[in-house]
Amino acid sequence: MLESIIQNLINALQWGSFYALIALGYTLVYGVLTLINFAHGDVFMVGAYIAFFVATFLLSALGLPGWAALALCIPLTMILTSLVGVTLERVAYRPLRKKGAHRLYVVITALMCGLILEHANLALLGASRKAFPPLIDVQVYTVGGVTFTNLKIAVIVTAFLVFLFLHWVVTRTRVGMAMRAISYDKFAVPLMGIPLDQIIVVTFVLGSGFAGLAGLLFAMSYPVLEPYMGALIGWKAFIAAVVGGIGDIRGAFLGGFLLGAVEIMVVAFFPSTFRDLIAFTVLLAILTWKPTGLFGIAKTTKI
Amino acid sequence: MLQRYSVHLTLGLVGGAIIYSAYQEYLSLYIMSVLMFMGVNVILSTSLNLVNGYMGEFSCGHAGFMCVGAYVSSLLGVWLFARDKVFGAPLLDPEYALYAFPLLIIAGGVAAALAGLLVAIPSYKTRGDYLAIITIAANYIIISTIENIGAIGGSRGFMGMKRLVNSMEDIADLPWMPIWVFAFTVFCVWLMRRYVSSTFGKGVTAICQDEVAAEIMSVNTNKIKTITFMLSSGMAGIGGGLFAYILGYVNPGSFNILKSTEVLVMVYLGGMGSLSGSVLSAILFTILLELLRPLQIIKWIVIPLLLIILMQFRPEGIMGNRELGDLFPRLKKYYRFK
Amino acid sequence: MQTQLPTEQAPVLEIRGLTQRFGGLTAVNDFNVKLMPGELSGLIGPNGAGKTTVFNLVSGFYQPSEGRILIDGIATAGLKPHKVTALGVARTFQNIRLWNDMTVLDNIRVAQHYRLGYGLFHAIARSKRYRRREEEIARESAELLEVFDLQRYADDFPKNLAYGTQRKLEIARALSSHPRLLLLDEPAAGLNSSDIQELIRLVRWIHEKFDVTIWMIEHHMDVMMELCTRIKVIDFGQTIAEGNPETVRNHPAVITAYLGDDVI
Repeated sequence: MLESIIQNLINALQWGSFYALIALGYTLVYGVLTLINFAHGDVFMVGAYIAFFVATFLLSALGLPGWAALALCIPLTMILTSLVGVTLERVAYRPLRKKGAHRLYVVITALMCGLILEHANLALLGASRKAFPPLIDVQVYTVGGVTFTNLKIAVIVTAFLVFLFLHWVVTRTRVGMAMRAISYDKFAVPLMGIPLDQIIVVTFVLGSGFAGLAGLLFAMSYPVLEPYMGALIGWKAFIAAVVGGIGDIRGAFLGGFLLGAVEIMVVAFFPSTFRDLIAFTVLLAILTWKPTGLFGIAKTTKI
Repeated sequence: MLQRYSVHLTLGLVGGAIIYSAYQEYLSLYIMSVLMFMGVNVILSTSLNLVNGYMGEFSCGHAGFMCVGAYVSSLLGVWLFARDKVFGAPLLDPEYALYAFPLLIIAGGVAAALAGLLVAIPSYKTRGDYLAIITIAANYIIISTIENIGAIGGSRGFMGMKRLVNSMEDIADLPWMPIWVFAFTVFCVWLMRRYVSSTFGKGVTAICQDEVAAEIMSVNTNKIKTITFMLSSGMAGIGGGLFAYILGYVNPGSFNILKSTEVLVMVYLGGMGSLSGSVLSAILFTILLELLRPLQIIKWIVIPLLLIILMQFRPEGIMGNRELGDLFPRLKKYYRFK
Repeated sequence: MQTQLPTEQAPVLEIRGLTQRFGGLTAVNDFNVKLMPGELSGLIGPNGAGKTTVFNLVSGFYQPSEGRILIDGIATAGLKPHKVTALGVARTFQNIRLWNDMTVLDNIRVAQHYRLGYGLFHAIARSKRYRRREEEIARESAELLEVFDLQRYADDFPKNLAYGTQRKLEIARALSSHPRLLLLDEPAAGLNSSDIQELIRLVRWIHEKFDVTIWMIEHHMDVMMELCTRIKVIDFGQTIAEGNPETVRNHPAVITAYLGDDVI
């Protein structure tokens, strides 16, 4: 009994780690720009594919051993995925921001960028799924009646480390302070000598970079890639971020794990086809009960 | 007198021409189906414009309501009037399918409106981005629910609607689907125009422009939001029902977020808060989709790109929030647009 | 200015023990007031004193933490704003809240939403009732614009009007529902001196012509002194002085609240 609880807990933590990592990216961008970056889930997908190509190249063309390939793959994937995110920002979002366009137009642009990423992938690489090459030996451990793998533990640990890192950045560094300042008042910030554009770029770098990391880890854990893999995960991670309280990274982190827990619990008791249905319903219920999310602060309009 | 009714006459002529062509089979089945999908798109785009344009909200799950309407009218129709694997023999004489058809479609609309009610209620306390989430989640929930109901085919889909169309043609050999689609399209646009041009309906615009002021100036904002939402989703349900009968087949996968995005594109292309804009963009978009059909996947790169360019350079869409009567004032002689 | 016969009639607005807490902050503290029919009364206080909060409470935007609000004897605390308006309260805002993309005439027409007298069905069916009511409302709205000398702007959009004209329109719109009580929240905000003179004339004229009780928040002292018969001063959510303009002007607590304790 206890074993199955712990087993489910570990599975939930691992599954939720992906949501958490992606949700962090949503919440960072939302906190700074009040923008739902609908393309973020597809940036995750791009990250997974980048990881695929980098890993394949390192393994076959350079003939590196698995662990070395992994060691190089992590930073390369994160950097390249950040580039994708930053390009989106420069090319699609910044011009609208400079024009002072209504937030809605930027959101729609983000949605469209996501679609372009998905279908560009489909067009360029075809509909066939890609198999991610194994980079490390997956060790299975059994403690008590609980089984887990080194990969699963690595994923969970990574998620926590990323969260701690981001928490440190947001609360203790000047960049983080600038990010928080922007979320309060975008117009006053440049007047205080803070380079608005650069801070926004940093935000996208962080968010997209960690989405790329999530993509790599996901590809290692579930080695089948297809172009639509980011869409559903992206939507769910976004809702998880909102349920946790968008704009607050603790909320995103918690929301991601909450969603992971809900889905694992659902699959444990119901047929797996009910997973998405119940997950969305639970999320909606929480949002109805607490519209600003668990960590969210109600923004009152001044009348 | 002729001038005042010139729009009605034109509409009648155009409709008559299309239906006559269908009857005489001047136009291929393909063209006929494109025209019918155009009608459905007009219904979808104008109904979403009610919420996203006139009321200024951001509802992203319109296809979910389509799905509700499609399934309810299909299931009801096949159960009552057709023989099929799921329901067995028809409950009523298939002869009556012709007369019951509008009721079937409206039943789908009513069901979709009720679904819209369920979605509207949690949205009172929230606004903007949160409605986006609620509608996206609702879209997924609706699709996911149907995928789990194996009895009606689940994700494999449901069919049998063609038999009703055949029954209708047995009674009178007319192209019934084009007739019904045309009738309902005109009906929905007519309904919406009457709503938004009345002072009652202008409460919607007031909520959009300043909700606090609307509430203070005696507009019951919750009630108006509910009515508007239900009208919008109800008409999406009507569109969905027609869609199902045109195809003769329905499956939950056709109503996913991609379909919702198509409708979003039509609304923003046409211009938020412009009924004639939504009609125009639906027509243009349907044509564009067909032109891009040979390009398959590129289609879904070109269309988003189009919208991105639109957002950059002409975010208000083709018509902005104006109607045809504002652009061509001489048209006002023929019809009062506002 | 009108003289009142206060104690004979029932008050239009009565507030008893109104307290409003936002988390740890008490914005309004045991606020009491009685406004008699036909009064032109003022509410002043330094920034952040809680004046607009009181108005928001009367309008129905907030649920009071404690206390009672009675409009013509009917308890309204907790009612939604559109219901409060239907009971006879109208208000304007510090920042003009007109519907900028609707015509001036439509602004007046939509403001009478609660007394349209028809619903969705009639709107769509365009029944006799619809046509009669729409005609009546259009006529009454046009008449109101004429009374305020704004009829020439009927088809314009508020965003194209001069600021002073917009303010006048907002007040006219508030009066379209024939309210018993009119709340004006800093009507002189953003107006230049000639507009302010115009505003004083307008408010005085409204007070005489319409059968309405007016309660005004203002920072421009000349407007208050000119128009109000009675002024209430609050600070930190509490009443610190009350009386006619002369009394209030020289009241020590008021001077302290605005200027501080330093001896000049």
